[in-house]
Amino acid sequence: MPEFEIEVERYELHADPSYSFTPGRRDFLKLMGGGLVVLLTLNSDANAQQPPAPQDIGAWLHIAESGAITVYTGKAEVGQNIRTSLTQAVAEELRTSVTRIQLVMGDTMLTPYDMGTFGSRTTPFMAPQLHKVAAAAREMLIDLAAAQWKVDRASLAIDDGRVKNPATKASLSFGELTKGQKLTRTIAADVRVTPATEWKIAGHDLHKVNARSIVTGKEKYTSDMKLPGMLYGRVVRPAAFQAKLAAVDVEPAKQIPGVVAVRDGDFIGVACDDSAKLDQAAAAVKVEWKTTPQPGSKELFAWLKTHPAAAIDWKPIEADVQIEASYNVAYIAHTPLEPRCAVAQWDDGRLTVWTGTQVPFGVRNELAEAFGLPEDKVRVLVPPTGSGYGGKHSGECAVEAARLAKAAGKPVKLQWTREEEFTWAYFRPAGVIDIRSGARKDGVISSWQFHNFNSGNAALRSPYNIPNQITEFHAAESPLRQGSYRGLAASANHFARESHMDELARAAKMEPAAFRIKNAGEPRLRAVIEAATERFHWGQPKSRPGQGFGMMAGFDKGGFVAACVEITVVNNRVRVDRIVEAFECGAIVNPDQLKNQIVGGMIMGLGGALFEAIDFDNGRILNPRLSRYRVPRFNDLPEIDVVLVDRKDLPSAGAGETPIVAVAPAIGNAIFDATGKRLRSMPLKLA
Amino acid sequence: MDLTINGIRRTVHSAPSRPLLSVLRDELDLTGAKYGCGEGQCGACTVLLDGAAVRSCVTSLSEAQGKHVTTIESLEQNGQLHPVQQAFIDADALQCGYCTAGMIMSSVSLLKKNSNPGPAEIKSALQGNICRCGTYPRIIEAVRMAAKLSTGGGPHA
Repeated sequence: MPEFEIEVERYELHADPSYSFTPGRRDFLKLMGGGLVVLLTLNSDANAQQPPAPQDIGAWLHIAESGAITVYTGKAEVGQNIRTSLTQAVAEELRTSVTRIQLVMGDTMLTPYDMGTFGSRTTPFMAPQLHKVAAAAREMLIDLAAAQWKVDRASLAIDDGRVKNPATKASLSFGELTKGQKLTRTIAADVRVTPATEWKIAGHDLHKVNARSIVTGKEKYTSDMKLPGMLYGRVVRPAAFQAKLAAVDVEPAKQIPGVVAVRDGDFIGVACDDSAKLDQAAAAVKVEWKTTPQPGSKELFAWLKTHPAAAIDWKPIEADVQIEASYNVAYIAHTPLEPRCAVAQWDDGRLTVWTGTQVPFGVRNELAEAFGLPEDKVRVLVPPTGSGYGGKHSGECAVEAARLAKAAGKPVKLQWTREEEFTWAYFRPAGVIDIRSGARKDGVISSWQFHNFNSGNAALRSPYNIPNQITEFHAAESPLRQGSYRGLAASANHFARESHMDELARAAKMEPAAFRIKNAGEPRLRAVIEAATERFHWGQPKSRPGQGFGMMAGFDKGGFVAACVEITVVNNRVRVDRIVEAFECGAIVNPDQLKNQIVGGMIMGLGGALFEAIDFDNGRILNPRLSRYRVPRFNDLPEIDVVLVDRKDLPSAGAGETPIVAVAPAIGNAIFDATGKRLRSMPLKLA
Repeated sequence: MDLTINGIRRTVHSAPSRPLLSVLRDELDLTGAKYGCGEGQCGACTVLLDGAAVRSCVTSLSEAQGKHVTTIESLEQNGQLHPVQQAFIDADALQCGYCTAGMIMSSVSLLKKNSNPGPAEIKSALQGNICRCGTYPRIIEAVRMAAKLSTGGGPHA
């Protein structure tokens, strides 16, 4: 298995722990055996001790006597369609139908350890791994048949779920060969996987394998689960971030029939036998919080540059043209359509939690730490999940549900409200990026100094050919809890860099596309720029008032991207008319689903580019509802054109993230083209 | 309180002010309609009330009384998918799938009123449904395909 590197931009959650479960209550003392238990979601600690990937086929793949193939992967399906693409990888190598294959995903008891589903890593790492696993299984099946028939393995064929002997017309099904036994053979390092150029199943369009279950409403997400005797939970939240509990009385809630109320340290929650009682039960808890003053959105960008105070060590620039500028990026929320949800069940000291998370093993670790359990007493399962976008890496909801279930002595389902999801999860980091640059008269960039405060260091370096570029990331004290997001730092860094490229091109009196091509040493970067501009007919004259054209190019996580947009500005309102995006991520695995990912990323990117921003003050989120936080809707939809650049000769990279980075800078540059106003803050607002 | 849900009379024991969505999901185990926002903004909870799309999270039980409630669970009949369901599969108009039931119900409601909507009419009718995965273009395509399937004399035409 390829080495997993810790993702560069992976953001720690810098915030204080959600709770300190403290001893003091008798029931909790019994549970914990005393001692202070600190709950904190730092998955990086767990990552550091990750076990090596299992080497035997049986850990990954099982063939039942019936011939049913079960594949085990710790990855989670959150809408990015890996259940289908990984199924295709296995079907390809086993030369069998996808309908015979079932994936068990993100179950800490059954699947090999996995760091988590993020960083666009499934396609470059897990898919090749499962190709190898299934190829090893295929070779083993041929060996088993050769041994049974006492013939040369080279004379046998494998096709349609059977090993066949063309000479005798005999054939054996996979199930007849394995008899349901565990496949104990080690996966050979040099096992022959099918080259992408020969793929018949992988790399081809296939409808989502669970599509029928979804369109009929039968797909069971965590929030759809109901266990026998299950209660419904609700957490009583603090009045503001960092608020301390001053006084609490849960007795009035306990007086309501069918209600369990629990207070443990600063954690307060209720569980009810009927979801209709939740509001009443939560309101019955009498609670006072002591709040502390905290910075708000108005002073955010000044705050990030001064906490801690960081002086930039600017180097002198010698160039024909020099410019400098500062760019801002707001906090935004992932807003997965399914707010966090967990169902927790205790059974004889063992804890089982179903929850929609991208990091099941990390959540298992959090649960084990929170409740002082060894990890083998905790099982986390990931049911189908209503999306994540990097927002479901942490296990707060799982821990809360487990705490309530412990108190109730019954299974508890905890579904966060939309307001909780907007408030008590975490945000894409806000940031400030300062750039100074210089270019020669002929348009060659001669100096590039790029300083990012707080928004992360992925895609920090310019992909253009700038030999002595200086790039630096400055960590800051974030006023809000922040963490991963779809292409989080790459979005901020591309917004700043590609806006600045446009500014520098204009300062050097060069056409923006020609300026980029001139400085793009990397042929793959040039290729996407050429693909996008050609499809867009870049360079066309304007045809109406308010019209503007803008472009960008970039690179992150193995994918090269370039985009051109057309907008119209009317009364300071920006309407995006058309986006052409060219994307190259090596060999294409499934073109249809790849386009779906790219288009989805682009549409999501419209929100961060044009309207999404978390408004906050004094530890409170001021717009924690969909009626106050606008996300892209049907009417925001531009004409979208995706140009796929397929490089069968290169390994496949993921596509869940990089396409999103193109949207904001291209629109910002188009706004300048239309109005002459340079907007340097995301979201881009003219008025 | 008596309700007619997917053609079947059901008696429920909840307060008249309780949102229809919680009754469907928690009391009647019809979990196809989803909770997304609780304020009628995202459309994940969309069901039909006498054939018209409503947000069940802001529709009280008393508003639903005496009317026909149709949920996603009733669209498939005798193993045959509704044309809109089939079209969502054929157009790959879903990613995480959490919005899908609401999208399909809103689309069914639209096609009842307008058997051949254009893209602008589809956008307008579905403006209240959020797909955070950004599958909008394929959903528009799916509704167009469903319109063709329906007028082609399918079982639900």
